[in-house]
Amino acid sequence: MSGKVETMTPELKAFIEEWKTKPGNLIMVLHRVQQTYGYIPREIAIETAELLDVPLAKIYGVVTFYNFFRLQKAGKYNVQVCLGTACYLRGGDDIIKEFEKELGVGVNTTTPDGLFSVEAVRCLGCCGLAPVAVVNGEVHGKLETKNVAGIIDQYRKLG
Amino acid sequence: MGKLTLEDLRRMRGEKQKAIDMRDSSNKDVQVIVGMGTCGIAAGAKDTFTALVDSINEKGLTNVLIRQTGCMGLCHSEPTVEVVVPGMPAVIYGHVDAATAKEIVEKHVVGHELIEGKLLDRPSIDIIKNG
Amino acid sequence: MAFESYVLVCGGTACCSGGADKIVEAFAAELAAAGLKDKVQVVKTGCLGFCEQGPIVKILPQGTFYVQVKAEDVKEIVAEHLVKGRVVQRLCYDPEQAKKLVAEANIPFYQKQYRIVLRNCGVIDPEKIDDYIARDGYKAIEKVLFEMTPEQVVDEILKSGLRGRGGAGFPTGMKWKFAMMQPKGQKYMVCNADEGDPGAYMDRSTLEGDPHSILEAMIIAGYAIGASKGFIYIRAEYPLAIHRLQVAIEQATDLGLLGKDILGSGFDFEIELRFGAGAFVCGEETALLQSIEGNRGMPKPRPPFPAVKGLWGRPTVINNVETLANIPVIINKGADWFNKIGTATTKGTKVFALTGKVNNSGLIEVPMGTTLREIIFDVGGGIRGGHQFKAAQTGGPSGGIIPPQFLDTPIDYESLAKIGSIMGSGGLIVMDETDCVVDIAKFYLDFTVDESCGKCAPCRIGGRKLLNYLNKITDGRGTEDDIVQMQNISDAMCKASLCGLGQTASNPVRSTLRYFMDEYMEHIRDKKCRSGKCSKLIRYMIDPAKCKGCTACARKCPAGAISGAVKTPHVIDQSKCIKCGACEATCKFGAISHG
Repeated sequence: MSGKVETMTPELKAFIEEWKTKPGNLIMVLHRVQQTYGYIPREIAIETAELLDVPLAKIYGVVTFYNFFRLQKAGKYNVQVCLGTACYLRGGDDIIKEFEKELGVGVNTTTPDGLFSVEAVRCLGCCGLAPVAVVNGEVHGKLETKNVAGIIDQYRKLG
Repeated sequence: MGKLTLEDLRRMRGEKQKAIDMRDSSNKDVQVIVGMGTCGIAAGAKDTFTALVDSINEKGLTNVLIRQTGCMGLCHSEPTVEVVVPGMPAVIYGHVDAATAKEIVEKHVVGHELIEGKLLDRPSIDIIKNG
Repeated sequence: MAFESYVLVCGGTACCSGGADKIVEAFAAELAAAGLKDKVQVVKTGCLGFCEQGPIVKILPQGTFYVQVKAEDVKEIVAEHLVKGRVVQRLCYDPEQAKKLVAEANIPFYQKQYRIVLRNCGVIDPEKIDDYIARDGYKAIEKVLFEMTPEQVVDEILKSGLRGRGGAGFPTGMKWKFAMMQPKGQKYMVCNADEGDPGAYMDRSTLEGDPHSILEAMIIAGYAIGASKGFIYIRAEYPLAIHRLQVAIEQATDLGLLGKDILGSGFDFEIELRFGAGAFVCGEETALLQSIEGNRGMPKPRPPFPAVKGLWGRPTVINNVETLANIPVIINKGADWFNKIGTATTKGTKVFALTGKVNNSGLIEVPMGTTLREIIFDVGGGIRGGHQFKAAQTGGPSGGIIPPQFLDTPIDYESLAKIGSIMGSGGLIVMDETDCVVDIAKFYLDFTVDESCGKCAPCRIGGRKLLNYLNKITDGRGTEDDIVQMQNISDAMCKASLCGLGQTASNPVRSTLRYFMDEYMEHIRDKKCRSGKCSKLIRYMIDPAKCKGCTACARKCPAGAISGAVKTPHVIDQSKCIKCGACEATCKFGAISHG
């Protein structure tokens, strides 16, 4: 776990103030939190609860309900392997196993050096390129297990 | 632009339709249209777009309009590019990488010839125009 | 140099094996002989679809479509069509089938696709409102806001026969009518763009390709039901679609097409985006509303229906993206134009994301009543790599698996329900003989178990139990009694679950049990998976006649499962084997095989 204590940015605070009076604001605010920090840090969740005047338990209730929100910081390179049906049929399952094997971490965990994390996602919508993995927004399509090591190296070299 | 009235909207539609029918927005009579949905971009449509722009600049062509559109539905052949040249049927090419993009400009736009191997069929009639 | 005509010869796999190259040569020779070499260009193309009718030749600019062309036919095409301008009728595709599905009979029509929802996708620049306006965009609101009463709008939609494209097929006009009839006051119009079905991306492509059509439809719906506020609930995983919607909302607001007093009509309507956060259950109406309100997306019992008591307790209509994309066209062209397309019970078209083991995967739109065979073989170009069609899956995790005997079923809501599947939102996944239906059922169950919100027991516990049985069977530990248990649990989940997710979650299991019982039995009795997908059922064997006793495999085996003396045939201890396949890859003599 990252030991760093996050502090609320002025932009985030302004966003929360702007949304404070709108009904049903919580999920939109949490999206903004995750956009800012890459995850939902506990200290920010506490501050958000105070600013919005909702119980912290409600925030954690929502955060843990939805797959999109994460409580742990993702790696510098977040590998999203698609497990939509088309990718599954064309071997997406093997691709994710290969990433896990090569990186030595399971799904939804970050490597100790903080460089990589692996995530299984449901349909990235490029079924024509199945199976697909996305690393920080960059799409790698028509993957085979033998390509995986090369992709990891490519990002590792960037540091 | 200010708020439209009903008449403004109708006039705007008429003018814009005329422009499209003449295939002539600001003296550009050739259109090259790149499919830029998520799938197209994932398959490299941005590189295709850049290659088209470079190639057209290189040739000094001023009559070509390059624009983006959404998904043409031909996911198996992304990136896809439609080419509209006056006097020639409008056609769609699939698997347009940077090299093919260059070929499109040289052979199709300049040479008025269709390119081998990558041409695809338009998936459906246009219900706005023909239906 | 300018050509007058173009001969397109399909260069897809099927057409090539049918002699496309010879046809190209024949055209070259015949055109030269006729002195047309500089007037007609012959081009080999990518796959044009219709592979079963190949080889295909298309002549531009007329667009004449010739099927099953042979090299011998080329002379006639050149002499008749290209020299004299007369179409060679005997080689034309018989358009009767396609014609009866759509209204217009006056155009030469060979294409199986017909695009209403996707009319602008791939045509306009989605970030330019001018492009949309030029193609009859915002024309429907002119008519609605100035010439029609809300009742007339609702009647028109009712008359069109449009049904919800999110999956269940509830008549859209009815939904609107219920909300319209509620007392005046705050009402909401919600667009469901939370496309969570794995393997489906119809709505994303529509939003990315034609965002204004959804805004226009929401204005129309808002006017009809008396709502001044709309929400688009969209997946956060769709950044490009979100961006294009934001651009579209900004442009429309700038021009006064959204906001106060639209076009001077006195009608106010504004649209706000709300992001989903990756919960499949939020596709369910009541759960979706919970999510917009900022809560965990847990469904509520219905009634009360959202049309009566929805968002913040106010009357709310929820329509999905594809449903809405039809609305402006219905208004512009009229309900009577729309309701001539499709089948007796299901009007209009359906967009499918055609994926899986099909040659031309893509986003397609066909009239209701088109058969699966036409979709997979004519539009989709058949099965990849010369494999056999085994099954098609519609409706995602809530749908069923359709075996080959139903390939010719005309698709509509009722026909699909009859054969144990559902229309669903539009994922259409094609499987070949290398796919295992038990494994697929497991894949979907795994998904729904993961996505179950946990509120009601039938879904939460039943789903888990079903998945356990499927795991047991694919691991080779299944018994025949498990099948009975699975059937019982499936029935209970259907009847007792609170929302659509739980009620339909067992469909993949039910439909595979119904049509592929023999494969379940093979897994259970023979401990065999015919597709080889269930790795735990694979048995590696050493052929003693071929084994030289080189010991390479024994040294490679990570589990120590192979034994044998040097230069004598080795054996695999099946109880220790972890089915990794390392031995087979190592053996230089081809003595190891699996089955």
